[in-house]
Amino acid sequence: MSVVTEVSPDGQKLTISIRGRFDFAKHQEFRESYEDKELSAVVVDLKDATYLDSSALGMLLLLRDHAGGDDSDIRVVNSSSDVKKILAISNFDKLFDIS
Amino acid sequence: MTNVQPLEPLTILIAEDSAADRMLLSSIVRRQGHEVLTAANGAEAVEAFRLQRPQLVLMDAMMPVMDGFEAARQIKALAGETLVPIIFLTSLTESEALARCLEAGGDDFLAKPYNQVILAAKIKAMDRLRRLQATVLEQRDQIARHHDYLLNEQRVAKAVFDKVAHSGCLNAPNIRYLQSPYALFNGDLLLAAFTPAGDMHVLLGDFTGHGLPAAVGAMPLAEVFYGMTAKGYGLSETLREMNAKLKRILPVDMFCCATLLCLSFQRRSVEVWNGGMPDGYLHSIASGERTPLTARHLPLGVLSPQTFDDRTEVFPMAVGDRVFLLSDGVIDTCDANEQLFGVERLQRVFAANRRPDQLFEEIEQALRDFRGEARDDVSMVEVSLLEAAQLSPPALVYSDSGQSCPLDWSVSFEFRAATLKRFNPLPYLLQLLLEVHGLRAQSGALYSVLAELYSNALEHGVLGLDSSLKRDASGFARYYQQRNARLDELQDGYVRVHLQVAPKGEGGCLTIRVEDSGKGFDVDRVMARPLDGARLSGRGVSLIRQLSRNANWSDDGRSARVEFFWEALA
Repeated sequence: MSVVTEVSPDGQKLTISIRGRFDFAKHQEFRESYEDKELSAVVVDLKDATYLDSSALGMLLLLRDHAGGDDSDIRVVNSSSDVKKILAISNFDKLFDIS
Repeated sequence: MTNVQPLEPLTILIAEDSAADRMLLSSIVRRQGHEVLTAANGAEAVEAFRLQRPQLVLMDAMMPVMDGFEAARQIKALAGETLVPIIFLTSLTESEALARCLEAGGDDFLAKPYNQVILAAKIKAMDRLRRLQATVLEQRDQIARHHDYLLNEQRVAKAVFDKVAHSGCLNAPNIRYLQSPYALFNGDLLLAAFTPAGDMHVLLGDFTGHGLPAAVGAMPLAEVFYGMTAKGYGLSETLREMNAKLKRILPVDMFCCATLLCLSFQRRSVEVWNGGMPDGYLHSIASGERTPLTARHLPLGVLSPQTFDDRTEVFPMAVGDRVFLLSDGVIDTCDANEQLFGVERLQRVFAANRRPDQLFEEIEQALRDFRGEARDDVSMVEVSLLEAAQLSPPALVYSDSGQSCPLDWSVSFEFRAATLKRFNPLPYLLQLLLEVHGLRAQSGALYSVLAELYSNALEHGVLGLDSSLKRDASGFARYYQQRNARLDELQDGYVRVHLQVAPKGEGGCLTIRVEDSGKGFDVDRVMARPLDGARLSGRGVSLIRQLSRNANWSDDGRSARVEFFWEALA
């Protein structure tokens, strides 16, 4: 599985981990990882993500929309320096808490 | 009967030279529910196949005239892609002979004497295989048809997209651009157009996704860009409108990264807004320095109109300076190990560049060397600042007859703080003035003068900004930062615009007066300056004096007055 989800014991936090290239090929899996869940806090873990393209940015926007848009609480963590650069160019740090 | 009837009876050709065997086999196969054709040798079998196209063949290996091996080869050739299973009937037992049956195109063999149960089972198994092959072929053809259909759709979409996405004044002498020809279309968008004042707006955009979705988004974007640029709207208003429109029509996961430029040949400056595109570069030829034009904003179509940030940055330019923009296809090009080409490699190409006109080719070469092949979404554009006179914006086309042209009127506006913050009245004023046919020939000068008068009144008057800040490049940037900050905080103040049109002989005269609520300035000292264009500050005043008639300032500089004249229309 290249998209792994984990819900915290108290059921409050969903962690989605991406492995490998985060691009259009992960579209389905990524959406299924949160679609049927009530989201309060979401963590997207990019520790094992090697690359991220613009459709991945689109997928993050969909997740944000699903999690409540401006009221959502989404953290993108463990991004590599290349991935961080892509997120920075797009100014996605204005929408997501990126570390 | 021990075996189940097949769902669909087949037509089976039996090729067997022994009449007794032929009859025996025929009756077995018939009893299993199939139609039977018979042939007494290989040649007859081929002929029967040619005429009646049976779905399966039971073939004796040893026959006179033409043996089963040759007949199998010919039948397989005739059948083409369709699978017509051939089961060899053979009393041969040596493995070499059995192998020959399969080499000749046989799919299976059945040893004599025949076992009915095994024969029925083999026919069934072969029928399954035959159907599978038929399904595969059918689906393959369907996919091919679908693919053709899609390609054709894309070709049509591309034709429309190209007309929309690469149009405007891209052929102007100060623009060079390159878009990779490999992809049918890649979602990169390049637009350029002149404003009524002769400034140039340029947009390099990159939609998420390729193909049709990108084309769909490009249409409204281009429409807003051309429409608002032609009417004299500035970058901020145009950006707000483009963002609102894309936000409204695009699905959540689609957006458009874009850099928008306004190159002012008269003010010698460039205004920049970058949302999500890689750094562009402002290349100063004199110093050799490249100032990055960094993305400060989210892409278009992400934020709501309420939270969208239209703030731009302004940089001074000298004649010959260039602005270079590129799409992420350049820096996101990956090599075999998923390493990105990256900004550092791009900057090394910049540093090694000796002939500016070769830059695109050198970048492309560097990308090829890095990756081994070209990517399909590499776009680059370079816009240089020329002397204003070297460019000729296209004349505006008017469709009305001029019979109802207003010739004797006046109007006054007062724009107050809340309006000054966000509203740009210039396009409306210009449209109003261009109802007067006599003024149309000088619409460029008219718009430039109006724009300068208005921004002087707003920036130096209402906002109290000091134009001497703009003496050098860093002060230039500071000036525009202060402008944005003070505009955000503005509580009161006004700019008044009085327009008066009066007939005069066969032609007429337009008087523009612009007043502001500011502190005014030392008119005599400013007027004593020479009318040169080389300084970064104070260019507005000398521009106004060169482009209009009888420009003068009163009320300690708080009131500016200029005139435009026209002669009888031909």
